[in-house]
Amino acid sequence: MDLIIYGLINSVSLVLSSIGFALAYGVSRVPNFAHGSLYVLTGYMTWLFLNQYKMPYIFAILLSLAIAGLVGSILYRYILIRVRGMPISEIIASFGIGMAILEMLRWAGLRGGTYMLPPFIRGSIDVAAVPVDYQRIIILIAGAAVVGFLWVFTHYTKTGLSLRGIAQNERAALTLGIDSDKAATVALGFGSALAGLAGVLMFPLGNITVQSGYEVLIFAIAVSVCGGLGSWGGAILASFLIGFAQIITVTYIASHYHFVVALLTIVIILILKPSGLFGRQKELEERV
Amino acid sequence: MQDKRKERIDRGVKVRSDTIYAISSMKEIMYLIGPRMGLVLFLLALPLVLPIYWQKVVSITAVYALLAVSFGFLSSYVGLVNLGGALFVGVGGYISGLLNSAYGLPLYISIPAATLLGALFCTLVLLPCLPLRGIYFAIVSFVYPLAAVRIISATGAFGGTDGIAGLDMIGSGYGSQYFIIVTLLLVTFGVSRLVSAEDIGLIFRGVKDNEQAIKASGLNLTMYKAVAVFIGALIGSFAGAWLAHLYGWVGMSLMATDFSILPLAATVVGGTSTIYGPLVGTLLLVPISEALRDFGTLRIVFYSVAMVFFVVFWTEGLLIYIKRKYEQFERWVRV
Repeated sequence: MDLIIYGLINSVSLVLSSIGFALAYGVSRVPNFAHGSLYVLTGYMTWLFLNQYKMPYIFAILLSLAIAGLVGSILYRYILIRVRGMPISEIIASFGIGMAILEMLRWAGLRGGTYMLPPFIRGSIDVAAVPVDYQRIIILIAGAAVVGFLWVFTHYTKTGLSLRGIAQNERAALTLGIDSDKAATVALGFGSALAGLAGVLMFPLGNITVQSGYEVLIFAIAVSVCGGLGSWGGAILASFLIGFAQIITVTYIASHYHFVVALLTIVIILILKPSGLFGRQKELEERV
Repeated sequence: MQDKRKERIDRGVKVRSDTIYAISSMKEIMYLIGPRMGLVLFLLALPLVLPIYWQKVVSITAVYALLAVSFGFLSSYVGLVNLGGALFVGVGGYISGLLNSAYGLPLYISIPAATLLGALFCTLVLLPCLPLRGIYFAIVSFVYPLAAVRIISATGAFGGTDGIAGLDMIGSGYGSQYFIIVTLLLVTFGVSRLVSAEDIGLIFRGVKDNEQAIKASGLNLTMYKAVAVFIGALIGSFAGAWLAHLYGWVGMSLMATDFSILPLAATVVGGTSTIYGPLVGTLLLVPISEALRDFGTLRIVFYSVAMVFFVVFWTEGLLIYIKRKYEQFERWVRV
C-alpha cells in the first residue's frame, strides 16, 4: 500500500515538474533547459516575498508565479527567438541562462537550511493506514487540476487551440493567421509558470536548494524524452512509469539509486526508441 | 538620407600570399606564418614569464584546451555534440588513479595506459548511442557523467565520495609545463591536419553533413562515428589522467559539469569553424575564470553568460572575426 500511495505521489510530482517543459517544447520546439532554474527561482522569490516583505502566503505565490511566467516569455521573446530552429544553439543558450541564474542564486547565498517554505496546511492524514501529510495530498490535487486545466485550455479556448495548432502543424497554423512566435512566447511563459508552480508546491517538503534545479531539469528531460518529446499524454504516462520505478527502486534496492533510475531511463529509451513512447516525430529525423 | 553598405575587400597581401607568390618575399611569408607562429611562441613563452601561482593555471588551461579541442573536433567535424566531456576526464582520471595506487605503476606508464584504456572504455560505453543525432546525442552524452557520479557515490566504488588520494604528483616545474603545452600544440595541429588533409577527415565531414551519402558509399557509418569518438576520448582521457596526477587525487569532482560545459563555452566563444577556435576561446576564458575563483560560483555565471552572448548574438565567434579583420579591410560605400 505504501508503494502505491507514495508511487502515485511521486509520479504526480514528476508530472507537475515536467509538464511545463513538455508544453513549451511541444508548442515552440524550443527545449527550455532553463526550466530547472525557474523552478528554484520561483521558490526563492516566494520565500523572499513571504519573509522579507511579509506578504500573505497566497499572494506571494501568485506574484512569484506571475514573475516566473514573465521571465519565461521575456527569455523567449528577446533571446531564444534568435536561435529558434537551431536545436543545439537552443540547448546551449537556454542551458547557459539556466546555469547563470542557478549559480547566481548559489553565489547570493542560497544554501543550507535557512530557506524553507511552510506547508500550506500542517499535519497529516491516514490513507489506508499509511500516514500522508496534507502537502502531499495537495500535490496530488494540484497535479490533477493542472492536467485538467491544460486539457480544457487546449481544447476549448482560442489561445489554447492556437497553441495546439502550432504544435501539430506550424505551417498550416501560419496560413490560418496564428502567429507562431506569439504562441511560442505564451507557451514558454506558461511552461515557466508551471515550473514555478511545481517549485512552490514541492519546496515545502524540503529545503530550497540550487541542486534541485538541476535535478528537476533532468527529471523533466527524462520524462519528456521517455514519453516522446512534445507529447503531453506520453509525458504523463512516462511520469507514472518513472515515478513508480523510482519508488520500487527505493523500497527494494537503495534510496541512492533514486536518481540513477531516471538517468538510465533516458539512455535506454533513447537507444531503443528515440522517438519515445508516444513521439510523433518520424524515426527518420532522428536516426538515419 | 544616404544609404550605405559595408564592403569587404581582401587585402593585397592576402591575395598575393594565396598564390605561388606567397614565397616571393619575406612580407608574404611572415603574413602567412605570423599568426600561427605567434600562437606557438606565445604558448611556449608562457611558463617563462608567469609567476609561480599562474604556472598551475597554465597546466589547467592546457587541460581545458585539450577538452575544448576534443569537443570542437566532435561537434564541428563529426556532428556529434558531446555534452559529456566530463565522462572522458573522469574515466581517464580514475583509470590512471587506480593503476597508480592499486597496482603501483609509475605515472609515465599509468597516464598513457589510462589514455588508451579510457578511450576504449568511453567508446564502448557510447557505442549504443552512436546512431542518435543532434539534440538526442547531446542529451544522452550529458546524462552519462551524471549517472556515473551517482553510481559511484551509491556503490562506494573507487573510494566512493572520498575518491582516491595519494597518487604520484606531477611537479609544476618547466618540464611538466612544456610537456603539456607541446602535447596541446601537437594534438591541435594533428586534429587540424586529420580533418583537413586526410581521407578520414572527409568521411567525418560527410558523417556530419550527409549520413545518407556515407551509407550510399558503402562505408560503415557507426564505425566511423566510433573512430571519431575514440579520437575525442583519447584526448579527453589524457586530459583527465594528467589532471588526476596534477592534483594527486581522483574523485567525483573529475566528472563535474564544469568539464563538460567550459569546453563548450570556449568553443562557442572562439568559433566553431576551425579547430583553433576552441583553443583561442579557452586561452581567453579559463584564465579569467581562474581569476574569478575567489568569488566562488560567480565564475560559472561568467562563462555561462559569455556562452549565451556568443551563441545568440555573435555566432561566428572571435576567431572568425579576427581572421576577417586580418584578411580583409572594410569600408562604407554608397548604394
